[in-house]
Amino acid sequence: MTRIKFDDQIFESENEETVLQTLLRNNVQMPYGCKTGACQCCLMRSIDNSPPAESQVGLKDTQQKQNYFLPCICKPENDMSVELPNTKNVWFESDVIEKRYLSENVILLKLKSKEPLAFFAGQFVNLRRHDGIIRSYSISNIHNAEHELEFHIRILPNGNFSRWVADELEIGMPLSFSHAQGSCHYVEGKLEQSLLLIGTGTGLAPLYGILQDALFHEHYGEIHLFHGSRDASGLYMENELTQLAQKYPNFYYTPCLTGDNLDFETYTKGRANQIAFDKFQKLNGWRVFLCGQPEMVLQSKRTAYLQGASLKEIYIDPFSS
Amino acid sequence: MTETTTNLSLFEQLGGEGAVDTAVDIFYRKVLADYRINRFFDGVNMDKQAAKQKAFLTMAFGGPNNYSGQDMRDGHARLVKMGLDDSHFDAVIENLAATLTELNVPAELIAQVAALAETTRKDVLGK
Repeated sequence: MTRIKFDDQIFESENEETVLQTLLRNNVQMPYGCKTGACQCCLMRSIDNSPPAESQVGLKDTQQKQNYFLPCICKPENDMSVELPNTKNVWFESDVIEKRYLSENVILLKLKSKEPLAFFAGQFVNLRRHDGIIRSYSISNIHNAEHELEFHIRILPNGNFSRWVADELEIGMPLSFSHAQGSCHYVEGKLEQSLLLIGTGTGLAPLYGILQDALFHEHYGEIHLFHGSRDASGLYMENELTQLAQKYPNFYYTPCLTGDNLDFETYTKGRANQIAFDKFQKLNGWRVFLCGQPEMVLQSKRTAYLQGASLKEIYIDPFSS
Repeated sequence: MTETTTNLSLFEQLGGEGAVDTAVDIFYRKVLADYRINRFFDGVNMDKQAAKQKAFLTMAFGGPNNYSGQDMRDGHARLVKMGLDDSHFDAVIENLAATLTELNVPAELIAQVAALAETTRKDVLGK
């Protein structure tokens, strides 16, 4: 007999029952569809133990690593604590320890958490201001012993939150943040695989984190980063990225501009996604990361797939802009 | 056909779940690239759509499924309003057959898959 803990309640599973059956039998409201592990409507996450491997078939490797599973095909081997995705409402406290301009309108904000953190670079968290205003930002650094989190904050002219970060937030001030969420991150392994990273604007934040993570794990397949903007003021961290490209022979950095710019020795003219897909027309076996402007991300996902990338190996973060 | 294969179900002869995964990858790509029908897939969540394609192909391969005609009707009602008709359904079946041909599936098995897929026509088209 195994027990399923969900939403502060404990349910005992009857013999050979799936987790979904146990929950439904106990009148828990659950989203579900095919009940055979195909449609993934009932996706859940195990909070304590790794779920049985057969209940993770068909999920992205990033989801498997985060203990997501399909309750409709999960016959529990041990007691499990489970949750539905994105239902957690827990906040953590941090202090601002660094704030500096990466460009005219992008700020690097660094927070130090008061307790240890679990996250992957490229995931996003919600930041919450004292008055309750919440904004989502992607994490641009890899896990470190200091429990630090870094974000790229684009200052929008009428941005309630971003203007406050620019004008009022100071080093030493507290800021709350949520659990890290999202499946757009690097998973260790297949170190020989080619990686394609395409981003616009502060979509660079998750990509920079993913790049750091891949290099940290000594990924030796080619890593191609295309960062796009309209004009040069929209790009940032060019020096860091150029230096990384010099240091790591398998890393290539292509800054792209769509506006009329004369300096095409430094920049490639055109949209970052088009330049990337023209250059690499066969993406079979590649891992693709797409971040930034939502329309670009969704269009690029389709293109990457049509050019041969497997859907399971296309990771997107359409939240940042 | 040899004696050993006749005892196997259609799903087993096609290669089971692994074969479905391989087929979905090729099939969905063909559908998205097909100008006759790809407008019906504009703006859909591609991961969810691929999962639905998998459920559909599992059914068409004779595999374990919970096929519900009503779900199929509900799911396609919006597309029927957009003009989904027999010609589009035929195009999908054509892409399915082309996928299996590409995977070197014998013609006789392809005919069986097409026949199973054909059973969804009325529900898909809301007839």
